[in-house]
Amino acid sequence: MSIKVDHVLDCKGLSCPLPIVRTKKVMDQLQAGQVIEVQATDKGSLADIQGWARNTGNQYLGTKEDGDVLKHYLRKSNPGEVKEAAKFEHTIQNDELEKVLAENKEDMLLLDVREPAEYEFKRIPGAVSIPLGELESKIETLDKNKEIHVICRTGSRSDMAAQMLAENGFQRVKNVLPGMVEWNGPTE
Amino acid sequence: MIKALSAKEVAKRVVEGSMFILDVRNEGDYKDWRIEGKGIESINRPYFDLIDGVEDVLEHLPKEEVLVVCAKEGSSIMVAEMLDEAGIKDVYYLEGGMKSWSEYLMPVKLGDLKDGGSIYQFNRIGKGCLSYLVESNGEAAIIDSARTIEAYEDFAKENNLEIKHMIDTHLHADHISGGRRLSEKTGATYWLPPKDADEVTFSFAALEEGNDITIGNTKIEIQPLYTPGHTIGSTSMIVDGQFLLSGDILFVDSIGRPDLAGKAEDWVSDLRDSLYNKYNNLSKDLVVLPAHFGKISELDEKGAVSAPLGELFEKNDGLNIKNEDEFRRAVTENLPPQPNAYQEIRQTNMGKIDPTNDEQREMEIGPNRCAITE
Repeated sequence: MSIKVDHVLDCKGLSCPLPIVRTKKVMDQLQAGQVIEVQATDKGSLADIQGWARNTGNQYLGTKEDGDVLKHYLRKSNPGEVKEAAKFEHTIQNDELEKVLAENKEDMLLLDVREPAEYEFKRIPGAVSIPLGELESKIETLDKNKEIHVICRTGSRSDMAAQMLAENGFQRVKNVLPGMVEWNGPTE
Repeated sequence: MIKALSAKEVAKRVVEGSMFILDVRNEGDYKDWRIEGKGIESINRPYFDLIDGVEDVLEHLPKEEVLVVCAKEGSSIMVAEMLDEAGIKDVYYLEGGMKSWSEYLMPVKLGDLKDGGSIYQFNRIGKGCLSYLVESNGEAAIIDSARTIEAYEDFAKENNLEIKHMIDTHLHADHISGGRRLSEKTGATYWLPPKDADEVTFSFAALEEGNDITIGNTKIEIQPLYTPGHTIGSTSMIVDGQFLLSGDILFVDSIGRPDLAGKAEDWVSDLRDSLYNKYNNLSKDLVVLPAHFGKISELDEKGAVSAPLGELFEKNDGLNIKNEDEFRRAVTENLPPQPNAYQEIRQTNMGKIDPTNDEQREMEIGPNRCAITE
């Protein structure tokens, strides 16, 4: 299965420290929010890329093995992402959402606006994936009568998505806070 | 100009010198396993935090003589060059990285044998594994061989020795034995305790009480002594009436753990009997030569690890637990983590799987962890 990313970096055959050095170079060029796939054959790259992401504040999404190749997925974080205050007025907390989901209501939709790679590695069962960047073009596919809960990692992208939905005539929209980053409920 | 320092040279510093080490592996690997020693001081700063510059780490380093260490070598060269440019004098990197460090064997002569001949300890200082070479009159036996057999081959060649016997005190779980490979290469007999060899896929000679092994014309005797507990087959050996090769049953600072073959509870009483009865009945003058050390402080000034049996009965906590229940708890509860890939290592030593060289090297990374304490 291929995951949609903004940039693929080929580090196959390179040994430490080159995979991380090159990843850093490319990440410096990316926009906040963009996702990179780093292909490496050096097994040590796994622990190192996780450590590098942790120490730089970038988001390590996960790694898939494809034969001898390790594919690492990283998302460039926006430095202010975590702190940015949510502006959309209708919100719902993680634990409340967990209760709502347990009721299995037919007219409710959980919309996940993170990048496909983030969705791929960890998502709430039943969540529908439309990355924020594609929401505008796909907004017609959504049912205006449904109650829509919008979720992302920290409540920031979902805030923008909720505002966009409201501007387009959706009246039953809630932004999930804080989002996947602190989600303790079921995932798949 | 930065300079390479070989594992051999670093080992020398560990035993008798000093060195400041900047370890640039990730934090987890450093915490788990690193170069230690009396005169060794080290700090950890992952190389990926230094890509943009080394300014932040400079204040924590001496102005001269810094050894940069990483997993394989590449990152340490990058960081060493940056330190060199930043003005530190005499910057070294560890040639081959921790991979080489893990594999280096340091031969140390322990003593002469009564009728000529001598015994050597090969200290795999980076992993805490000890193996032995007994030689007499042009013949040699190697006990608990490491995977990297070249060190023994070179030694045999330099000293005109024919390797006649490869002996393992038990089926190892922390490292891949070089016993089978070197016996195939040299035609030596490969001895294994039969009770540890139920599932092995190759032929071997039975290391059992009564089957004494002689080396050279001078009849250096290797007397097997059945001492189960770490594994069900674990067999100690008395060499030349002087040395007790205790395998993974008794160490200088600790005792063997009974859980690595998955039978901790079953083997507790065997372990206790081997240590508290069988060993207790031996001459206290025997010099104990274990298959591992735990802390670098166990090395003497030559880099060797040994102790008289009598001294261990006084000082080793594992030999001084009066109460049986307390002993059971000590050897089954709160054990350190198991050695890296220990299941696969056992399978490899049985001949059931045949990993590539790189895979074998990867499996052996990290400390030995065969004792009940770290």
